[in-house]
Amino acid sequence: MNPNTIVSLPDQSTARIPKDNYITRENGILSWLLTGDHKRIAILYLISLSFFFFIGGALAGLIRLELLTPQADLMATDTYNKVFTMHGVIMIFFFLVPSVPATLGNFFIPMMIGAKDLALPKINLLSWYLYMAGGLLAIYTMATGGVDTGWTFTTPLSTHYVNTNVLTTGLAAFIAGFSSIFTGLNFIVTIHKMRAPGMTWFRLPLFVWAHYAASILMVLATPVVAIAIVLIALERTIGIGIFDPTKGGDPLLFQHLFWFYSHPAVYIMILPGMGVISEVISTFSRKRVFGYTAVAFSSVAIAVFGFFVWAHHMFIMGISNYAVLIFSLLTMLVAVPSAIKIFNWTFTLYKGSITFETPMLYAFGFLGLFTIGGMTGVFLGTSGTDIHLTETYFIVAHFHFVMVGGMLMAFLSGIHFWWPKMTGRMYPEKISQMAAVITFVGFNLTFFPQFILGTLGMPRRYASYPPEFQVLNVFSTAGATILGVGYMLPVLYLLWSLKYGEIAGNNPWQATGLEWQTQSPPLTENFTTMPVMDHEAYDYEWLEKQNQAQQQEEVPHAG
Amino acid sequence: MPDSHAIDQSAAAGAHSAHEEHPAYLRHHFNSTEQQADTANFAMWLFLLTEVMFFGGLFTAYLIYRNWFYQAFVAGSHQLNVIWGTTNTFVLILSSFTMAMGVWCAETGRRRGLVLCLSLTFILGLGFLGIKTIEYSEKIEKHHVPGFHYSLQSFVDPASDPEVYKEYHDKALPLDMARHTELYFSLYFLMTGMHALHMIIGIGILGFMIYRARAGAYTSGHVTFVENFGLYWHFVDIVWIYLFALLYLISRH
Repeated sequence: MNPNTIVSLPDQSTARIPKDNYITRENGILSWLLTGDHKRIAILYLISLSFFFFIGGALAGLIRLELLTPQADLMATDTYNKVFTMHGVIMIFFFLVPSVPATLGNFFIPMMIGAKDLALPKINLLSWYLYMAGGLLAIYTMATGGVDTGWTFTTPLSTHYVNTNVLTTGLAAFIAGFSSIFTGLNFIVTIHKMRAPGMTWFRLPLFVWAHYAASILMVLATPVVAIAIVLIALERTIGIGIFDPTKGGDPLLFQHLFWFYSHPAVYIMILPGMGVISEVISTFSRKRVFGYTAVAFSSVAIAVFGFFVWAHHMFIMGISNYAVLIFSLLTMLVAVPSAIKIFNWTFTLYKGSITFETPMLYAFGFLGLFTIGGMTGVFLGTSGTDIHLTETYFIVAHFHFVMVGGMLMAFLSGIHFWWPKMTGRMYPEKISQMAAVITFVGFNLTFFPQFILGTLGMPRRYASYPPEFQVLNVFSTAGATILGVGYMLPVLYLLWSLKYGEIAGNNPWQATGLEWQTQSPPLTENFTTMPVMDHEAYDYEWLEKQNQAQQQEEVPHAG
Repeated sequence: MPDSHAIDQSAAAGAHSAHEEHPAYLRHHFNSTEQQADTANFAMWLFLLTEVMFFGGLFTAYLIYRNWFYQAFVAGSHQLNVIWGTTNTFVLILSSFTMAMGVWCAETGRRRGLVLCLSLTFILGLGFLGIKTIEYSEKIEKHHVPGFHYSLQSFVDPASDPEVYKEYHDKALPLDMARHTELYFSLYFLMTGMHALHMIIGIGILGFMIYRARAGAYTSGHVTFVENFGLYWHFVDIVWIYLFALLYLISRH
């Protein structure tokens, strides 16, 4: 066996994609639009998510293009406000929040726990329709004038001072919120009630644990932002006064309600990504994840702590000094479980047989960039430095390091990792390794200068800036161009691979998860017989024994 | 909530061979009707948890503003009709009782009993909304709806509102505090309105259930839907009990 790769494909001259699988079982557009199959719904999500991602990405391109020069010359300043607002709204509500859970989680949670489907298939489909309704409403809003409050809808700006489409954008986020609630609810119920025989909690892949933790946040935090949006809408339409200081209301209350969701929301975004990284690092190091229990519980700890840190978004908004103190401390605490994960992944690599296929490259990107993103988060959680750095490009860089450097890398890692399972075909390895490197370089060139810009004091959300900041902004825009190429490439070669990719076989990575022990693409019912879990997660010795047993079975036939 | 263990082995082994013995309502991805019922029940509890958080935002706002503007909240609550409020509380508790009886009827296979109980719940639910309409129209007449020509008359000059005045003898509020009664009524309409919306949805579902129960849909073993709706209805009932205490009984302790 070649020590540089773990890929083991079937003999390409005889291998065929299985005739009966979830893609070929039924035909016609309606069989997709009315499906209850979690795998098909995941594919629907994947297509629609990519669509929204590229719209959000195009808006990001416009932002970077505007910031190429110190003057506001590409667009008027209020257009710029709309562009960055819509970039935020689309990327957060319609890409980051559903990204990994709705695609990979949807597809693989039932398979990993040995179930035939999610517990509530119709609710799952409903989630997708809600997501689409919200997403299309957001696009409609953008086409009919947009909104310029920033994605945070901060009061009293959003209630009293802007005259753009706050209502329809709010409604879009509200609807998307219910999509997210139903996804989370479905996952929790599925993980509790649908596990195969022998699949105990501590045999679950860490991907499932991470989704469980994220789902708790989706279910408990999202309703709060929903009611906050309702209050904004009523404030704008009839002036109920809840957020209106002239009537005794408090605009800060909105921020409390909003961040009570939106801070946990960043953990909704990142936790599933962390789940992907656990799977990928274990598979490409050929080792059980170091400290399985610690990694599993750290996901839950992130979810729990995540609920008690929201006010760190408001250190400069006039909350009490004691609140600042307490929320600063709690914010530090949430860094602990994140660090536990990073350390455990690093220990997993230690003395592992590491290979560098594309998913692993993205996972390495995640490790480095998420660490930087996380550490700069500690700067922002410290109230002293936060007062200097908040509302500057430092925040923008921090957030993008975690979300783009962390989450998007994890998403791409997962997409490449499970692509053979989803489609039955391999992506082309060389070009995708190249794309991973391009993404990494482009990303750093785009966002690292923004840390420096922020420390120097360049504020966020302005179309123009003093000329001395231009050099770093040019770097950033150049980086964004490279990053754009890095994101376009996977679309092209993944589509290409649908027809021309090598046949993957059941388990090209020799991974241990249950999802790899069945055909690719899987059957509609996932497994021919109900799997029985008789070993721990990430047990590579078990896999070897399985393979040997299979070979012995095949030899007499061949003879 | 009890966490059911993963499906036991025997059920797994029999999943395919015994396909013919399954009742028609067993969905293909479950192994047994118990698992299916358990799952739906668990999902409903989780959904109610999201509802708690949804109302939680409003309760938070209420808590803060009541602490800040206590006098305004007392004066505002004096405008509510405690008799109607109490009546409505009993109407809802009674409807929860008929609903619980309905669940029992479904579980024991009493079709006519189920239809009767659901119909009673339906009527009591409508009764609640009727009384709420009467209360709302009083507020509209007195211009106590925030955002629509809100009037401070009753609070800066309580004697001008003889009906309320003879019961409570409130002192006139300073203008600054009187203005905050609008916040009280905002919260009143928001919270009771959101509650009423849940009632309306519930009554709609009740209508659908009555229609199906007449055909015997829930009395032949598959009672999950009735049970879960029962949970929802009791939840809406409990929310009202909190609302009643918080909105109507502020100064009565």
